[in-house]
Amino acid sequence: MPAAAKVRPRADHPRPVAPPPRERPARRLTARLRGPALPYLLILPALALELLIHIVPMAVGIGMSFLELTQFSIRDWTTAPGAGLDNYRLAIDFNAPVGQELLHSFWITCAYTLLSVGLSWLLGTAAAVLTQGPFPGRGLLRTLFLVPYALPVYAAVITWSFLLQRDNGLLNHVIVDQLHLTHDRPFWLLGGNSFFAIVVVSVWRSWPFAFLALTAALQNIPRDLYEAAALDGAGMWQQIRRITLPSLRPVNQVLLLVLFLWTFNDFNTPYVLFGRSAPAEADLISIHIYESSFVTWNFGTGSAMSVLLLLFLLVVTAGYLLATRRRTADA
Amino acid sequence: MRRTWTRKLWTAATATALVAGAAACGGGSATSSAGGNGSPKTLTYWASNQGAGLEADKAILTPELKKFEKRTGIKVKLEVVPWSDLLNRILAATTSGQGPDVLNIGNTWSASLQATGALLPFDDKVMERIGGKDRFVANALAAAGAEGRPPAAVPLYSLAYGLYYNKKLFKEAGIDAPPATWDELVADGKKLTGHGRWGLAVEGASYTENVHHAFVLGQQQGARPFTPEGRPAFDSPQQVTAVKDFVDLMAKDRIVNPGNAEYANQQSVTDFARGKAAMLMWQAATSSLKKQGMDAADYGIAPVPLPAKTPPGGKQVTSMVAGINLAVFKNTDNRDGALKFVKFMTGKDEQRILNKTYGSMPPVTDAYGDPAFETPELKTLRKVLADSAAPLPQVPQESQYETLVGNAVKKLFADAASGHPVTESSVKAELTKAKQQMPGGKG
Repeated sequence: MPAAAKVRPRADHPRPVAPPPRERPARRLTARLRGPALPYLLILPALALELLIHIVPMAVGIGMSFLELTQFSIRDWTTAPGAGLDNYRLAIDFNAPVGQELLHSFWITCAYTLLSVGLSWLLGTAAAVLTQGPFPGRGLLRTLFLVPYALPVYAAVITWSFLLQRDNGLLNHVIVDQLHLTHDRPFWLLGGNSFFAIVVVSVWRSWPFAFLALTAALQNIPRDLYEAAALDGAGMWQQIRRITLPSLRPVNQVLLLVLFLWTFNDFNTPYVLFGRSAPAEADLISIHIYESSFVTWNFGTGSAMSVLLLLFLLVVTAGYLLATRRRTADA
Repeated sequence: MRRTWTRKLWTAATATALVAGAAACGGGSATSSAGGNGSPKTLTYWASNQGAGLEADKAILTPELKKFEKRTGIKVKLEVVPWSDLLNRILAATTSGQGPDVLNIGNTWSASLQATGALLPFDDKVMERIGGKDRFVANALAAAGAEGRPPAAVPLYSLAYGLYYNKKLFKEAGIDAPPATWDELVADGKKLTGHGRWGLAVEGASYTENVHHAFVLGQQQGARPFTPEGRPAFDSPQQVTAVKDFVDLMAKDRIVNPGNAEYANQQSVTDFARGKAAMLMWQAATSSLKKQGMDAADYGIAPVPLPAKTPPGGKQVTSMVAGINLAVFKNTDNRDGALKFVKFMTGKDEQRILNKTYGSMPPVTDAYGDPAFETPELKTLRKVLADSAAPLPQVPQESQYETLVGNAVKKLFADAASGHPVTESSVKAELTKAKQQMPGGKG
């Protein structure tokens, strides 16, 4: 309805394309629609859906963070008492256990993200560069590299959790029973090792994406650059440093940001690997927030934590884009 | 022509939106009674996973639902929901108002779900329609909602914890009788541990199992999870002792395989069935053990041990009142049908059939007298339920208590397994942390 209202006043103005009054109504309508309103009209369904799918839930989440939403009011939110900033105060009071644990979880997640994104990028770049030149079996190898990306998360990660079990897992079978590296069977899903377990699984899951993006980007670097460099006596390492990496810069800029956001927010991997409450050493923030809201039925606090996370990610993203854009402009 | 149509459509849409909005506003208030009898011919039923798997449950329940359909003409749409999803599904249904008509709930959740107002209260009038409340075993009905309020559900299957022990392994180790005290359990466990075998198996990463044991051992020590005013008291000295004793079975006494700290998918039952562990504390393990190939003659069941000397204030509790309750969603559009279904499911015949199949005990008195409930296992467990079982606290914060304390014990098991010392102060620190995460737990 609003769209039609928008069209009407414009159509009243006499315009060169305006149809003669005697024409059939249907044609008059199409011609009317062909005016400057058309792009907006076309975008309208997308906009409505975007609002429905993204903006409205986000707004609801932000609204929830100002409510004391527990089992007493979950059935009818209008009865939830307002909490003001209490949920936020609880989340960032770093002297109380709730705030302390959130902060702890935040640092763990930062370390996890840095390691995971760094390693994924490194592996992805190395593999992309190494498979750039043609050799027999290249297609097969590339396909193989993409398998972790193609597997459904649950199937892939649950397999990892079987591999990493202490008593019956394949990993311990190999390092304890076959290679006799240690006598004690180490835990991989409990204690300090669980951090490395989640990093490895996360890298395994996300490096194929880096590989895919970089392989595509490498196709755009003109061959002549390498030929010219080779003529000038540049070795492979120099070619990578002086030609490949600078040419990949725009792709890397986006790739790193996307990987960062995905990894920082990833819920599936830790949830499938550790279940609903992760060990303290691998207590990633998405699971932590889930536990704070769903497991303890305290949805307001969980929402407040989510909003804080959203703000943090927005600030990092904005800072990153500003910094990289400036550097690109300088270059 | 087209114009009038559009206008009509808009009017209708606006009216619907307004009505929906009004209904949503009224839904939670005490006076309005959302729900009714709009669709009297169908029911949706969420069953919990009681058998060896979701498919097994479907196979067990479907013939019974057909029987109900034949009698009443009401078609029941069955969905078996796994335990890991059930509470979240119920919460989502509560928030949206779009839920099943009848559903199974863990009986310990009764008070928490009662507080949401999503379930139909079984007041005397409603009770009358399903055959009266006197039919139910008192202990089981006590675990269906907060004291002094009409129950939020009615008991459907009753369960209790028992100590399952492997008769053959006991004989080989020269032990004649199952342990009656914790000291005996530790001594026996030490004799049974070795050569890749362990005295006891626990489900160390399962918060529900953990909190059930923490509760029972706490009762034996005289701990109360909540003060009479309803404030959390998870870190009382008695509770600290109880949790430390429990974790020490792995940390100090070393009769539990450290690998058990990872178990959350009934691996401890598997270990027991395969003879990798000689004892197991579980509820209604019979059907699972049978499925894992363990013969019923190979194991015995005894009550969970007690302390040799009852500590001051301690109670002779060896189990929680475990069980499954049947509830009616307040928003149901077939309330009469739902109550008919509850009456059918809690009736004598169905109770006998279903409890026999699941290895649980009927919570209605008139279902007994069937020889199937006179097996040694059920006799032991019935006695436990009647004499030495206590319901988990029926307070609205119960489900938070379960997750927080259960996860605290899970962390302590993880510490014990990875060789970190488990001390009184580390136990107290975890329990205090759990307490402080409760609303009103900071004091």
